[in-house]
Amino acid sequence: MKKRVSEKILMKGNEAIAEAAIRAGVKAYFGYPITPQSELLEYMSAQLNSRGGVFLQAESEVAAINMVYGAAGCGERVMTSTSSPGFSLMQEGISYIASAELPCLLVNVQRGGPGLGTIQPAQSDYFQAVKGGGHGDYNLIVLAPNSVQEMANFTYLGFDLADQYRTPVLILADGALGQMMEPVVFPDYDIVKNKVDHSSWATRGKKDGKQHVITTLHIEPEKMEIINNHLQEKYRDICDKEIRFEATKTDDAEILLIAYGLSSRIAHHALELARDEGLKVGLFRPITLYPFPYRQIRALTKKVDSILTVEMNAGQMVEDVRLAVGEKVPVHFYGRTGGVIPQPEEILEKIRAISIAPQMEKIF
Amino acid sequence: MSKSIQSVQCEHLDKMDIVWDRPDTLIDVPMHYCPGCGHSVVHRLIMEVVQELNIQDITIGVAPVGCSVFSYNYMDVDMQEAAHGRATAVATGIKRVLPDKIIYSYQGDGDLAAIGTAETIHTINRGENIVMIFVNNGIYGMTGGQMAPTTLKGSVTSTTPTGRDLSIHGHPLNIAEMIAILPGAYYVTRQAVNSAKTVRKTKKALLRGFKNQIDGKGGVSFIEVVSNCPSGWKMTPLQSNKWLDDNMLGTYPLGDIKVPEKIA
Amino acid sequence: MAKLHGHVTINIENCKGCELCTDACPQNSLNMSKNINKKGYHYAILVEENCTGCTNCALVCPEAVMTVYRENKNRIIKPAPMASIDSKNISVSIS
Ligand SMILES: Cc1ncc(C[n+]2csc(CCOP(=O)(O)OP(=O)(O)O)c2C)c(N)n1
Ligand code: SF4
Ligand code: SF4
Ligand code: SF4
Ligand SMILES: [Mg+2]
Repeated sequence: MKKRVSEKILMKGNEAIAEAAIRAGVKAYFGYPITPQSELLEYMSAQLNSRGGVFLQAESEVAAINMVYGAAGCGERVMTSTSSPGFSLMQEGISYIASAELPCLLVNVQRGGPGLGTIQPAQSDYFQAVKGGGHGDYNLIVLAPNSVQEMANFTYLGFDLADQYRTPVLILADGALGQMMEPVVFPDYDIVKNKVDHSSWATRGKKDGKQHVITTLHIEPEKMEIINNHLQEKYRDICDKEIRFEATKTDDAEILLIAYGLSSRIAHHALELARDEGLKVGLFRPITLYPFPYRQIRALTKKVDSILTVEMNAGQMVEDVRLAVGEKVPVHFYGRTGGVIPQPEEILEKIRAISIAPQMEKIF
Repeated sequence: MSKSIQSVQCEHLDKMDIVWDRPDTLIDVPMHYCPGCGHSVVHRLIMEVVQELNIQDITIGVAPVGCSVFSYNYMDVDMQEAAHGRATAVATGIKRVLPDKIIYSYQGDGDLAAIGTAETIHTINRGENIVMIFVNNGIYGMTGGQMAPTTLKGSVTSTTPTGRDLSIHGHPLNIAEMIAILPGAYYVTRQAVNSAKTVRKTKKALLRGFKNQIDGKGGVSFIEVVSNCPSGWKMTPLQSNKWLDDNMLGTYPLGDIKVPEKIA
Repeated sequence: MAKLHGHVTINIENCKGCELCTDACPQNSLNMSKNINKKGYHYAILVEENCTGCTNCALVCPEAVMTVYRENKNRIIKPAPMASIDSKNISVSIS
């Protein structure tokens, strides 16, 4: 049989996530239509039921995330996907899922906000994604792909991390990555080998004589704190082991661009334009937004003169960059909002300005 | 210990049959409910049914947010505790991945008929093959006796200090009648637990509901139980059960609302 | 028809003194004790020998503390687990 591994398929990012999820053995998908992620939901509706899973269109994102809670509580691989307003609606449920330590994959194909906003790509849900998002002390593992290929790869990775840490994992994409078509190769994936056995805690009927309960209520504060301490310990473990990033031309860089997802691609283009002009520019791309590569960015401040963070929002990740950098080097920001995509030339303009006057502008 | 009223002893218990005993499926711990609270009775009846149908190993319950949030401490089956109003979405998630298991949701009136109305309607409209148990005590018991969608006209609650005024707060919501028109509702009934007679009928209704699910009948078996809340109603348990009879049942009449023809 | 003879035992420590059982008993066989249990509730006790084992009290009891017995004319002898009944249903052994 011809190996499918090397087969290149031209696909939208949204579809690549769906296809990868099915290949990763997703048992159930619950979702609600919203642009610009609907292709994911539609792909699932066409494929999942005939490929060993369950597709269900929920009546709302609120229902969808609580269906995820129920199915994940049975120890099955489950996921949902949405875009910004829908992700806001899911926050209560995600907080429950994090507290109950249920593994699942979440996808937010961001669009411009606030409010109903636009359907164009944005990165303005960064804070919501990396700082918990809902109520209580919790975090999601947040993966930020910047290509259709990575949309697929991070779907496998997301399920595996979710299983490994019993925690919800979020793929934070945007409308452009969801909609763009690129060739994608689906790697070999052994569902049986990779699936973690959750039978010791999942609710599947009281088979082993022990009652399994999924709950997030722990009336006594001392008990709740024990749960919190356990969660925090898990997050520390994740921060120790799961930081992922990509550094491009950072060795001789004087100006360091920091960008993730779609804006990292644009920043990369700007880097090339700047290098053509002889400007020594590098690019650091956080792949995990949580855990955030604070230490790795801090280490680079020994080499570079200044930093420019590029985002499709009014300045969110830049706060984490400033946290990492402190006063070591000036941190600049360039962003467009509301669904407007920054152009490489605009970034180049900013790079040029920084190369002349690298000191930091006033933040407030 | 001295006793002023002598309790009667029986010399020949060994020659008698045990005709009623606490079901083994009901965990043998004191419940946290207020004295006389109907939640306890409904829990027990569900567990009696689970025991009689021998489905303890394959049953998964979903607890709500409300006074019965801790019901997993009493009902000895695998359970998930859902967010406020989302029990049937959670139940849907479970049933869809484990279609061979027996799933029930358990909700109060605030949970099922206010914050969770959308989930209620759509779970039923999808015809999920689950049992939905709805404990209607006409009040928000857990949060201290605020108005519920099912609170009767004129009833004083902590958020209707001068009584529920229909022109301000709207009308008591007859959700069972509402959802009965949905094709996904297979069996809809309203029962009570305020007397031995009504308890017997509720048990029968629950039995029927769970049997429907076991038989794979298409649709939700919806069992409303009109119940009391002595604390929220500020009554003794006896007064509350009487008040239930005299007031609640006028707005929420007991009996089957939708019965599939074959079992009618 | 002569009424069947019955009996109830009550796990008084879990009784919450709600009085629903005394109200539900058609024979008035139950009453509330003047004593209180460890939780501070006046608990229900069987005070008359006229219990028919109808189970009404058990059905309405929110705490499920009753065990109801009924005479069986068709049966010679039942190996009832007396010991376990004694330990579980405290009222039997209280005097
Ligand atoms: C999202 C959310 N909103 C509000 C609450 C507070 N709350 C807890 S229980 C409850 C009402 C419960 O009433 P009901 O469903 O009738 O149950 P009962 O206690 O009467 O059995 C409310 C409003 C909550 N836990 N979560
Ligand atoms: S507050 Fe009402 S519903 Fe809640 S336990 Fe007490 S009596 Fe029952
Ligand atoms: S079994 Fe019937 S007669 Fe006997 S105490 Fe209970 S309610 Fe009364
Ligand atoms: S019904 Fe149960 S809890 Fe209430 S008084 Fe009787 S025995 Fe006690
Ligand atoms: Mg209520």
